[in-house]
Amino acid sequence: MKKLLSALLFAPLLALASGPELHLDKAPVSTDPAALQNGAKIFVNYCLNCHGASYMRYNRLQEIGLSEQMIKDNLMFTADKIGEPMRIAMQRDEAKVFFGAAPPDLTVISRSRASEFGSGADWLYTYLRSFYRDESRPTGWNNVIFENVGMPHVLYELQGQQVAKVEQKDDGHGNKVKEISLEPGTPGKLSKEEYDKATADLVSYLVWMGEPMAEKRKSIGTGVIAFLGLLFVLSYLLKKNFWKDIH
Amino acid sequence: MTTKSQAVLDWIDARFPLTSTIKGHLTEYYAPKNFNFWYFFGSLALLVLVIQIVTGIFLVMHYKPDASLNASGVPVAFASVEYIMRDVPGGWIIRYMHSTGASAFFIVVYLHMFRGLLYGSYRKPRELIWIFGTLIFLALMAEAFMGYLLPWGQMSFWGAQVIVNLFSAIPVIGPDLSVVIRGDFVVSDATLNRFFSFHVIAVPLILIGLVAAHIVALHEVGSNNPDGVEIKKKKGADGHPLDGIPFHPYYTVKDIVGVVGFLIVFSFIVFFAPEGGGYFLEFNNFIPADPLKTPPHIAPVWYFTPFYSILRAVTYPLLGIDAKFWGVVAMGAAVVIIAFLPWLDRSPVKSIRYKGGLFKAILAVFVVCFFILGYLGVLPPTPGRTLVSQICSVIYFGFFLLMPWYSKIDKCKPEPDRVTG
Repeated sequence: MKKLLSALLFAPLLALASGPELHLDKAPVSTDPAALQNGAKIFVNYCLNCHGASYMRYNRLQEIGLSEQMIKDNLMFTADKIGEPMRIAMQRDEAKVFFGAAPPDLTVISRSRASEFGSGADWLYTYLRSFYRDESRPTGWNNVIFENVGMPHVLYELQGQQVAKVEQKDDGHGNKVKEISLEPGTPGKLSKEEYDKATADLVSYLVWMGEPMAEKRKSIGTGVIAFLGLLFVLSYLLKKNFWKDIH
Repeated sequence: MTTKSQAVLDWIDARFPLTSTIKGHLTEYYAPKNFNFWYFFGSLALLVLVIQIVTGIFLVMHYKPDASLNASGVPVAFASVEYIMRDVPGGWIIRYMHSTGASAFFIVVYLHMFRGLLYGSYRKPRELIWIFGTLIFLALMAEAFMGYLLPWGQMSFWGAQVIVNLFSAIPVIGPDLSVVIRGDFVVSDATLNRFFSFHVIAVPLILIGLVAAHIVALHEVGSNNPDGVEIKKKKGADGHPLDGIPFHPYYTVKDIVGVVGFLIVFSFIVFFAPEGGGYFLEFNNFIPADPLKTPPHIAPVWYFTPFYSILRAVTYPLLGIDAKFWGVVAMGAAVVIIAFLPWLDRSPVKSIRYKGGLFKAILAVFVVCFFILGYLGVLPPTPGRTLVSQICSVIYFGFFLLMPWYSKIDKCKPEPDRVTG
């Protein structure tokens, strides 16, 4: 009866709960070391000039299968010691002048970008593939899911340039909404498939960096729950034994 | 027992009531033998309190209540939480236990309170237990609210901003009061430090004191049970209640089963879904607090949302005072009114097992409304949602205020003499 009541009462409420929608592509997040290493390479080369990852220490990259020497030789451009966090040289107040807002720290960006429309990875994957040429912006770039973003398309040499086709559409409630579709313009170094793969690797790295202990957490959790399951059986038998005289 | 250990025990007992305390509260505390599933949540609430205190002690060792920016431009408090998550060995597990524990606390406490509603556990002679319980709930809300500021994320900051601003709606003293609470004109480092102090010292002390009073009062009058009959009325030749069994060992071994069952669910969240789908750790709270950037939608954590909805449902100014003030009054009243239940319920029976269809139907509607209020509190308001929350708020208060009337006319079944298993 309670279930029926709640079903009847909740159904119309769910219909009330619509807001501005965001269509995100599902990110193919990988935990494969090769993908994470490629993502880390793209990250330090393209992101880690304006964005820091100030809670992430370089030596932690050993957890994705890199040796200390490999990290030092190939990935450490902004630090001297392997135990240092991924900091950047750019000053925040300068960055504010350059971009209108200081670029956010990216350590936990994949966790903060989650919403009812998709995971943080989905958002990042869509965002990095949604830049288009817009001469009205100071940087010459705009983004479909982050309108008037301060960040230029730093991966443009890989992806090339996309051109936006803007259409005014009816949203079904009589309101006009702007719908932007992207079309390929000048090609970049990578084909569309290669670029999608590169952003997927980068996003996988960002997800890993957001919670490097995530895999360890799950493997410990499996053991904990298995142990508790056994303990549950034993404690239930103990209880049953003690209670056998109680009627 | 060997004579030597007996001698030690005698020595202690002559100076401290050890044996008599163990007898009075455990081995010779007679509890009804018919406790069901709902009776696990009291001991579980105590377990979660211990989890929160122990994990909290370890978190304080590395957490820094400091709103100033570090070299990378991140607030020190926010960075110290990430430091715990990444650089402190085992820090992540302690932190996830504490953040999951906060939500778990409210889940078990809501279920514990609902048990009281089902079986009339608040009725005479347990009025004081119920009042202590309501005070625990109030202290818990304060504890959770202030703890939520400490990670110094966007939701921490703006949630505190919204709630503290509510106090400024109180006539005459409001603006000054909100400054006293914040220690500043905006939520700032001063606010963070005083909330830290309250969260780790003041409120836990109050909580522990209230929990002790709650349990002492319970053991004075004895536990209620799913039948709502007093087991002390029927005693055997040995002077013990016929339907009572010693708490230890019977309920200690039974509660172990409950504890392990709870820990399985708890561990599942801690290890596999620590964000609780964005309800236990809100996504926006992974962005450091920025006083210049208001998030488009500020939602309190799920356990406050029913009361937050009641607050937002009040949209009419009254007596020349802002609607916001009356919203605050309604929200406060929604919690305080729970304490008056012992005097609102006029039913001849305690337990829902013997209450009539009227009470059952009204209780079901009340529960549904409470869920709807909770759901609406997460969402940004629209005129339609405000109307629904107004209707549900009226039903919420109606459940309490009309209880003297409907509990009296309800057609109840006769209570049995003894518990029914």
